[in-house]
Amino acid sequence: MTTMIPELGSYSLIMALAMALVQASVPMIGAAQRRPLWMAFAQPMAWGQFAFLALAFLFLAASFLLDDFSVAYVAHNANSMLPWYYKLSAVWGSHEGSVLLWALILSGWSFAVSVFSRHLPRDMLARVLAVMGWISSGFLLFILMTSNPFSRLLPNVPADGNDLNPLLQDFGLIIHPPMLYMGYVGFSVVFAFALAALIGGRLDAAWTRWARPWTNLAWAFLTVGIALGSWWAYYELGWGGWWFWDPVENASLLPWLAGTALIHSLAVTEKRGTFKNWTVLLAIFTFSLSLLGTFLVRSGVLTSVHAFANDPARGTFILILLGITVGLSLTIFALRAPRVVSASGFGWFSRDALLLINNILLVIITVTVLLGTLYPLLLDSLDLGKISVGPPYFNALFVPLTALLCVFMGLGPLARWKRMPGRELGKRLALSALAAVVIAAIVPSLYGGKWNLGVSVGLLLALWLVLSLARDLIHRIRPRHEGSPGRWTALKKLTPAYWGMLLGHLGVAVTIVGVVMVSNYSAEQNVRLGPEETVEVGGYRFTMTDFNERRGPNYLADTATIEVVPPGRHAFELYPEKRFYQASRMPMTDVALRPGLFSDLYVALGDEVDDGDWSLRIQIKPFVRWLWLGALIMAAGGVLAVLDRRYRRRTAPRAAVTSSPEALS
Amino acid sequence: MKRRLLLLVPLLIFAVLVVFLYRGLSHDPSARDSAKLADRFPAFDLATLDDPDRRLDRSLLEGGDDSEGEVTLVNVWGEWCPVCKKEMPQLQTLADRGVHLVGVDYKDTRDKGNEFLETYGDPFAVSLFDPKGSLGFDLGVYGAPESFIVDGDGVIRYHHTGYITPDDVEQVILPEMAKWR
Repeated sequence: MTTMIPELGSYSLIMALAMALVQASVPMIGAAQRRPLWMAFAQPMAWGQFAFLALAFLFLAASFLLDDFSVAYVAHNANSMLPWYYKLSAVWGSHEGSVLLWALILSGWSFAVSVFSRHLPRDMLARVLAVMGWISSGFLLFILMTSNPFSRLLPNVPADGNDLNPLLQDFGLIIHPPMLYMGYVGFSVVFAFALAALIGGRLDAAWTRWARPWTNLAWAFLTVGIALGSWWAYYELGWGGWWFWDPVENASLLPWLAGTALIHSLAVTEKRGTFKNWTVLLAIFTFSLSLLGTFLVRSGVLTSVHAFANDPARGTFILILLGITVGLSLTIFALRAPRVVSASGFGWFSRDALLLINNILLVIITVTVLLGTLYPLLLDSLDLGKISVGPPYFNALFVPLTALLCVFMGLGPLARWKRMPGRELGKRLALSALAAVVIAAIVPSLYGGKWNLGVSVGLLLALWLVLSLARDLIHRIRPRHEGSPGRWTALKKLTPAYWGMLLGHLGVAVTIVGVVMVSNYSAEQNVRLGPEETVEVGGYRFTMTDFNERRGPNYLADTATIEVVPPGRHAFELYPEKRFYQASRMPMTDVALRPGLFSDLYVALGDEVDDGDWSLRIQIKPFVRWLWLGALIMAAGGVLAVLDRRYRRRTAPRAAVTSSPEALS
Repeated sequence: MKRRLLLLVPLLIFAVLVVFLYRGLSHDPSARDSAKLADRFPAFDLATLDDPDRRLDRSLLEGGDDSEGEVTLVNVWGEWCPVCKKEMPQLQTLADRGVHLVGVDYKDTRDKGNEFLETYGDPFAVSLFDPKGSLGFDLGVYGAPESFIVDGDGVIRYHHTGYITPDDVEQVILPEMAKWR
């Protein structure tokens, strides 16, 4: 029975494809011809597809756990000595499995939409699920035709597998790709809503309200996914860096940036009925960037640390998929986007205007990163050679543009819709601005006694965000007049959507603090240390007290025991390692970390210099945790916004929805 | 009607992008003629990477009044450039084969540049430190890595844009070096 598992997996994939094809076509025709029975196909097909993909995934996991090395993918990415939890995470450790995970997550989102959005008008739901069916059909065809994870190595079955890439044998890898894909793929929902609205010719505020929670949720997942990737790179790669502007990192950042613009633009369209075409275009743009990211990673057209096996046939297939999906959706946009210009005007300092600026800046940032990422590819295809565009380019543009964005971010939450006199806005913010300037000028000189312009500017921006939010919060809960409810009652009345915004912006401020502190105040020293020798870095004393060899489940390791005496506190021990993975014959550095909210201690073991003497890289990384803490706060904001009660209300009758009176609240 | 055409703009931009991506898929990196070919190597006055007090200029490449200099491979690199890391073994091979190499650490910091050479090996006879990218600008480089073959009179004879592959070592660089010796 167990010998049949891979065949059952292939069979499940084929069943899922068949259902995806029905889901993609029948409900769409049904919606066009108003046939309820045809439209009703959408939901069961989505459920069936999800069930079969989940089965396929379980079958692949079973092949790994049973060490079935007759399956090529298992043989290439596992080894009988690999611990069971890494066997499980190896399911998505390489190309075939991660595309399967992609497809599974897509069907999971379709399933969720078919359950939680079942009260949508029937034709809307049918169209949304049909669009998701298109994407799913494309990816399942891709898996079956070019990347079937169940392909067998018969009759010459290898005795053991090649093992999973040691870099990926880590907790971070177990959760990073699923989180990232939840985000990437989650943007397919808002994409499907936008297209369904275009096709149905109902481009009013309603679709945006239905799509908003899904978009926020996808954005929150993507935020966590990116943060996990950065955290993983930090402790696993052994360089102590947290962002490298690597093409694959950029591939995840691009949809995040566009998605951030989209979240804001959806809010404007829902509340004010303006920016309609823009929002639709942005929804298409965001998901297109997710697909482009998938293409860049899967096709191997760009040089990257994330080197996946590349096969030109796969690249061509994904490019065709990308071309059809994005080309078709942009064609539909060009043909169906409403001609009307949004009539309602707004003032210069209104929230509308500030959100427009936010969108423009975010799109400029996205395009900047996109150009930097694709530039080597463009040069290459014009016969101008292979090249890396590195951090000098990205930092020179990304940092000032983000700083500018922060300036407007501080203003946005305090401005009113439609009209906002500049003078009143100034009055509301004067105190926050002054406090931010004073604190930002003083604090850096208190920290280590080194005043630094970069830190000052970064702190200024972070404080500007936090203090203007604080000003807004205090203003909102202040009793307006005699007998109005007290502060506590007012505080409890604030909506989850408001708290979501607050946390989202606060998270950005926290991340900024992390970025400027770790970029400017990190200390790093490469030292040479022998047994019982001591060295001092940044006030900490490091002594190598012991050196051992030990055997892990699938590796041999040299472990140093380093006693660390921090200034004025108790000593502790760190165990940096140099591992040698036997099956793949790869050496790996296992960093010893002492994390702390305000500072990380980072010790990586280098090579043996002479007998007994080892090179060590010691780094002190102040506030590095804040980078990821900020991202978690942002993501929490995204999730909180989804909990807002008005999204859970059953959809009002259609007539009421189009005029949406409460949308102006 | 005009407005409708405007809505087609995103589609057109995307179409152009797809053409590029398609070419990128099937493309093989290849060298390109440089505008700087047959020009004298631009003047510079830069410190070396390992020693801030040691400054070098163009005479490094041109030899003295009565003697000809060596044919040199000038390689522009940076710690921030992942492709450069992959290029280092090829440069090491060239150095082992007796090629005179001069490095230009382009838009980098001194610490990172030195650390890079420590980690990946140092095939260069000498490395110039070009933190502002001024020499890179005069050479007309787009980024890193790029390499120039400079003959004994200090004239640029060959420009290799991008990464020198293991095949390039035998098939391109060494024959080109021999040509100008």
